Parts: sequence; structure tokens; C-alpha cells
Amino acid sequence: MPKYLLLLHEKPDAASHYSPQQMQDLIQEYVDWSERMAQAGRYLAGQKLVEGEGRIVRQDGKGLVVDGPFSETKEVIGGFFMIEADDYDQAVEFSRDCPHVRYGTRVEIREIDEHHREE
Amino acid sequence: MAEKFGDDRTRDMVDHLFRREAGRMAATLTRILGPGQLDLVEDIVQDALVQALRVWPYRGLPDNPRAWLIRVARNRALDRLRRSSTLRGKADDLKKWISQSSGEPGRPRESRFAEELSDDQLAMIFICCHPELPPASRVALTLKTVCGFSVPEIARALLSAQPTVAQRLVRAKRMIKRKNLPFQVPPPAALNQRLDSVLEAVYLLFNEGYAAHSGEELVRRDLTGEALRLISLLSAHPLTSKPQVHALAALLHLHASRLPAREEDGQIVLLADQDRSRWDQRLIEIGSRHLRQAMRARALSRYHLQAAIAACHLAAPSYDQTDWRKILGLYDALIEIQPSPVFRLNRAVALAFVDGVESGLKALQGIEDDPALRDYYLLPATLADLQRRAGRPGRAAGFYRRALKCPCSGPERRFLEDKLEQVEAQSSHAIQEDQP
Repeated sequence: MPKYLLLLHEKPDAASHYSPQQMQDLIQEYVDWSERMAQAGRYLAGQKLVEGEGRIVRQDGKGLVVDGPFSETKEVIGGFFMIEADDYDQAVEFSRDCPHVRYGTRVEIREIDEHHREE
Repeated sequence: MAEKFGDDRTRDMVDHLFRREAGRMAATLTRILGPGQLDLVEDIVQDALVQALRVWPYRGLPDNPRAWLIRVARNRALDRLRRSSTLRGKADDLKKWISQSSGEPGRPRESRFAEELSDDQLAMIFICCHPELPPASRVALTLKTVCGFSVPEIARALLSAQPTVAQRLVRAKRMIKRKNLPFQVPPPAALNQRLDSVLEAVYLLFNEGYAAHSGEELVRRDLTGEALRLISLLSAHPLTSKPQVHALAALLHLHASRLPAREEDGQIVLLADQDRSRWDQRLIEIGSRHLRQAMRARALSRYHLQAAIAACHLAAPSYDQTDWRKILGLYDALIEIQPSPVFRLNRAVALAFVDGVESGLKALQGIEDDPALRDYYLLPATLADLQRRAGRPGRAAGFYRRALKCPCSGPERRFLEDKLEQVEAQSSHAIQEDQP
């Protein structure tokens, strides 16, 4: 079955003004979502990325450029989930329920290319 | 990496876990870092909770969420100490924190239901309710620091603007720092007096939730719930298990027992019309138990008398069978302790049942112009009800209109409008009212 990576974009300081109750409620929503995915046999993995540490390496006209670590206000990928879905439509359906859609800035869905399809 | 979801681990956190832990962690951190560092304490607690929000969605709930939060908070605190020369000496105390709490590995997980007030939390309550702080600040600071509410949540609960609440908190914290208020349970000689200001804050907290005079909600259960929780914890702690504490615990539980019958479809149901079978028997039992414990007192507090009045209402099989004579006597005693115009208003209601409506109206003449009651809709509403019962619907309508000019909640407003409509209909049939 096709595997999808859900890249969770967010503002790193988004939660700093949440109340304890809001944070607890939100965590519960994530846990419930992951649990529903696991019960349906669709949950594969989830990992958080270390905050504020990322680097970007690229080449420009003069040579190698390294950017980062990034300021707290920039939108970053905070983590990812890996799930299984029949197709993109279903992956979208699953992500619609994910609390990150409301809490974060957006969820980017990418299919993992496992078969090196050569068409 | 092991599969974390889909196995048989606990999936749900204890209700209000984060609020409770915020309060508990803040108390211990305040003991260690000092009450002058409340801002730092709040930052550390918030950081620990935010960290949980960042990690738990991916890893699932830890086996012992409390221990996890304490560990993170302790590490954050140690980080902050390294950057501060004045606080560096506190590191040893911080390191002891984990072994003192139930977060110690190998110890059985704390019961989900039993909750005890730690000495740190008790000291925290005393400092938040210190008589040096203005009463409104005490309530706000208790909600923030002991109960784990955010500023917007406090503002919503107390129907104040957020900047007002924020300012009250800033001032209270500044005052604690400037006056160097100690973080301790007061010594026995001062305990009773200091307890008074704690009880006053808890009473205020309950009342804010019980008698909301604006907004759409008649009762804000968040607040009544916190007040019940605090008074239960205080009455269970050996240092504060005093008669007046049990008296307030009795009063609040007995009042809360009537809440299920007090509202129907967003409409107020008056005591006279309440379905008494909907009163919460469990709360009545707890309240009565507290009342018995309260009676070991040498002197009765206002809370004793108020609880006795509530118990009297609850003991009546119907409104008509209420022992108004006994209630009148209790109000007389209460007014001797505290001559509040609100108690005098309630006394007049009891008097109207004992001696007749005209006596009740006469008793109200003395307080009709009391400035403390100027915006209190229950004064004109009571006058209206007595006038109606005296057969003067025209005058009653006038008082209902006056009541509608006072601040009140949506359900209260609808209640008054209904009553007004009823007496207006009556007065159009009435021939002439025999009253100037």
C-alpha cells in the first residue's frame, strides 16, 4: 500500500500562549488521531524534529552557503507522521482530521516513491 | 523505534492534569526559587507544558506524565539558574525535587482520584490570598498560580477585560516581591486570621461561578468546580482542617447540590419551582458531613450560619414546607456577625413568609437606597415579587423594569422579562391598586 509522509509545518512559538488546559486538550487530540490511525492499521511512524536547529546548505554563484539555525518566528517543519493510504484522496481525508491542520500552519502530504517507478 | 500507538497503553490523561500539574509545579518551584521569582516560575512551568505539547503527539503519553513534566521543569529551571548568579545556590534543592515527588521511578503510580494538598501548595494558597493583596487580586492570582488558568481564561471566568486581569497579576506579584512576603504556612498564632482571607477568596471564587451576572451562562462550572476542589483540599489538610473551613466546605457543597435543578433549557428555575429530586444527593451528603464537623467550633462563623440556612432549604420536602421561622432566626444571627445588605435582603424574604408580605416590604425600606445594592437586580426583583404577592401587579411591573436595568446574565434577563409580561397581563385586568 502506498506510504505517505505528512510534513507538519508550524510556527515554533505558536504554543507559548496556550493555557495548560488548551495544551492538554490539544495533546489528547493528537493522541486520539494517532490511535485511530493505528487502529485502522494505517499508522507507520511519527517523529518530532529538534527545534531551532535546522541548516540549509545550497550553492550560489560564489560558492557554498549555509543558512541557520533559524529564528523562532519562521515557519518550520516541526515533525512528521508516516501513514499508509490507498491514494492521495484518502491521505488527504486522513490529514483533514489531524489536529495539526488547526494547530500548525499546514500539513504537506507527499507520497514516498518506493517502486522507483520509471514511467 | 517501537510502535507507540495501537498497543494497550493509557490513552487518556486525568481530567485537568495540566492545570493541576501547573499548580503543583509552580508551588514547589516557588518554594525553591522564592516568591519574588513568580514570573520566572511561570515561565518554567509554561515551558515544560509546551515541551509536552511538542513531544507527546509523536511519542504518545509517557507512562508517568507527572514525572515527565517535573523532570523537564527541573531541567529548565537548572538551565535558567546557570545564567543567574543570585539563584545558583538553589540547584541542590531543585535536584531533590524529583525524589520528593511521586515521579521517582519504581514507585507505584499515584492514584487517579485521591489528591492531596502538598505543603508547598498550601503555602502557595496562603501567599496568593495574603491579606496584603487586594481581594480581587487574590482571586486572580489563585486562579493563575494555584489552579493553572491562563489570563484569557481568568478574564472570561471573572468577566473582566484581559488587560485588567494581567495588570492585577503584575501588581500582586510586584507586591509579593516588594513586601518580601514569606512562602510558608502561617504559624499557629496567625493561622486563623490568615485563613479568613483564604476562605474569603474561595467564597468569592465560588460566587463568581454561581451567580454570574452577565454573559449567557448562568453557572460557570469551571469556577464552582475549582472552589469546591480547593475547599475540599483545605478541609482535608491537617493544618487547615478547622471548623470555619468545614463550614465553608458545607456551604459550597450544599449550594452546589442545587445547581442541577437551577436551570432548565437556559431558563432560571427558582428555588420555589425546583424539582427537588434533581438535587445532587451526593453533594448534600458531603456538605452535611462538613457541617457536622464544623459544629465543633467554639464560635460560629458567617459560613456556619449560611450553611445552616442552605441545609434548612434542603431539608424541606417542598417550598411550602420550608421552615421560614428557623431561617429567619439564622438570618438574624448572621446579620449580627456581618450586617451585609444582601443578607438583610434575604432576611426580608424570610420575614415575608413568617409575618406576611407587608412586613417583608417594610423591612426592605431600610436597604432600598443602599449604594451597595444599586446594581443588584435581586433587590428590585424581590420587591417586584412581594408587590405581586401583595396584589399590586402594576407596582410589581415597575420593579421588574428596574431590575432589567441592572447588569444580569442572559438567562436572568429572560426570567425577568417573562415575569414582567405576567404582571403586566395581570395589571391590565386589575381594577385599581390600593396603594399610593
